[in-house]
Amino acid sequence: MLEYLISKYNYWMYVVIILIGFYGMMAKSNLMKKLIGMGIFQWAIIFYFMSISAKKGATLQIISGHHGAYAVARAVDYVNPLPSVLMLTAIVVAVATTGITLSVLILIFRRYGTFEEDEIIKLMNEKGK
Amino acid sequence: MISEQFPALIVVTPLILSFFIPVVGWWRRSLCLPIVLVALSVCMVSAIGMLDTVLKHGKISYWLGMWEPPWGIEYVVDYLNAYVLVIVSFFGIAAAIYSKRNVEKEIPEHKIPQFYTLLLLNITGCLGIVVTGDAFNLYVLLEIASFSAYGLVAIGSEGALVASFRYIVMGTIGACFYLLGVGYLYIVTGSLNMENLRILLPPLYDTRAVQTAFVFILIGLGIKIALFPLHTWQPNAYTYAPSAVSVLISTAMAKTCVYALIRIIFSVFTVDFITRYVPILDIICWVSVVAMIAGSIFAIQESNLKRMLAYSSIANVGYIMLGVGLATFTPLGLTPALMHILNHAVMKGCLFMAACAFIYKAGLWDIRDFTGLGRRMPYTCFAFILAALAMIGMPPSVGFITKWYLILAAIDAKQYVFVAAIFFSTLLMIVYFWRVIEIMYLKPVEGSKGNEIKIDEEPVSMLIPGLALAVLCFLIGIAWVSGVFSPITEGVNSRFGLGIVP
Repeated sequence: MLEYLISKYNYWMYVVIILIGFYGMMAKSNLMKKLIGMGIFQWAIIFYFMSISAKKGATLQIISGHHGAYAVARAVDYVNPLPSVLMLTAIVVAVATTGITLSVLILIFRRYGTFEEDEIIKLMNEKGK
Repeated sequence: MISEQFPALIVVTPLILSFFIPVVGWWRRSLCLPIVLVALSVCMVSAIGMLDTVLKHGKISYWLGMWEPPWGIEYVVDYLNAYVLVIVSFFGIAAAIYSKRNVEKEIPEHKIPQFYTLLLLNITGCLGIVVTGDAFNLYVLLEIASFSAYGLVAIGSEGALVASFRYIVMGTIGACFYLLGVGYLYIVTGSLNMENLRILLPPLYDTRAVQTAFVFILIGLGIKIALFPLHTWQPNAYTYAPSAVSVLISTAMAKTCVYALIRIIFSVFTVDFITRYVPILDIICWVSVVAMIAGSIFAIQESNLKRMLAYSSIANVGYIMLGVGLATFTPLGLTPALMHILNHAVMKGCLFMAACAFIYKAGLWDIRDFTGLGRRMPYTCFAFILAALAMIGMPPSVGFITKWYLILAAIDAKQYVFVAAIFFSTLLMIVYFWRVIEIMYLKPVEGSKGNEIKIDEEPVSMLIPGLALAVLCFLIGIAWVSGVFSPITEGVNSRFGLGIVP
């Protein structure tokens, strides 16, 4: 049992982090806390992708000069570069999400003066009448 | 030849031009819309060109940067893509023409260039989703389309900000689930190319990672298309968005996400997987039936016309997904679903154009205030009625064709409950559309104002797209019957191995 838990350690950690993020998004009524939860949620996925490219005893995906033309053949020595490249894009996406959400939140705060969801809904209903 | 570069041009042209808009708009605001239209015309020409090539020579495969597919990103255009590309670019143009006048009214003048930038980026993302053959590339383009949609929704009226925030939260969950699913597929296969995945996956179908990946992707895209229990972001986003945006995201954007779902189910995974390993189609059918009925019931309760149409969209997504769910049980294959992708876009585009015109010209959004509108805006109301009749299913309109084929498919599958559900949801549709028509035309105007009603029609640039779509509701219905589109549907079915009952 312990073997099983430890051998899949990175996956367990990602599950825990992603659930923390999911809880923040779903259960919190403060919009800023929802945003924080969303950030944790996205970063959990990035960590997960990074952990699957890791390899024991492997090095960075930079082929230095003295390996020569045969360096490519020894793929065992290097960690998988593709997840890193993918996550470079995913980080940009995560940053853009945070940026957009923050700008929407600024506008919400200017209009309603609060981040609490129930208060905002109350204010919206009052204005509707 | 330039026609060989169409798959790249259709994404690159609007992408580059969208970044010119803020610069040019800073110099002269009136040039923003022409740039959008130029970009979309290039897209339309490319889309039609590719559809033509696909019909004549079969699949197009475009290697970006000449990198060979499993390693490089590949753009693939087959029957399904080419068909959806034409739909997306057409509705992009329709929404852009429609936006001309109401943008001046709804959006602060200095923000018009940014609005058009986002509009064009949204269409870029949609076209990219459709044209790409790479699972991760699809994620990035999905986010481009979604981000611009979040921004576009947030520009709208009172309440739009909170609607946009909810859309962001739900949309991010959807996109992240999709990314997780792709990650699982990458772990087990080491590939991201859709064609390559289709070849590599079959030996791994019984592993739990692949099955989990499928469910993650299904739920992720299910949020994006607003399938019934996952629809919570959709009504508010459609209701509070600016007029042109309601038209755009209810047609181009929604249909693109449905396309992505069909592509993943039938092209990355195969019919074999969904019938033998993860029997998800039955569940999709039942969820769609619930969506069809629940969406209609919600629509009946609404008095805000735009929100009523938004709920009606949820019901219609149910129709499309019912077509997808029945695909393996009938010789018609995906035909009903493909039909309703086009049909629903035409009908809902027209209805939203009319609904937003009522708000633009008369400031009316509550159905109960629509008395006398039939005489005040006769052409708009005429377009609305044509589209509403099509929605209800008057032959030979598009709505009738979809329902007819869905019923045939359900009978083939021996699922008579679904036939009953289609009839029941049609009855509910008659209830909510008839209520609008009744108030518009038949209910007497209170007081002595009745005789003073003058014709006060919307601007021509808004009227023409609406009327054109209303007429198309019937023309396309006739086109479906006469079999103009049947090479496309047959091509899609044969490529996915559908249309033969096992």
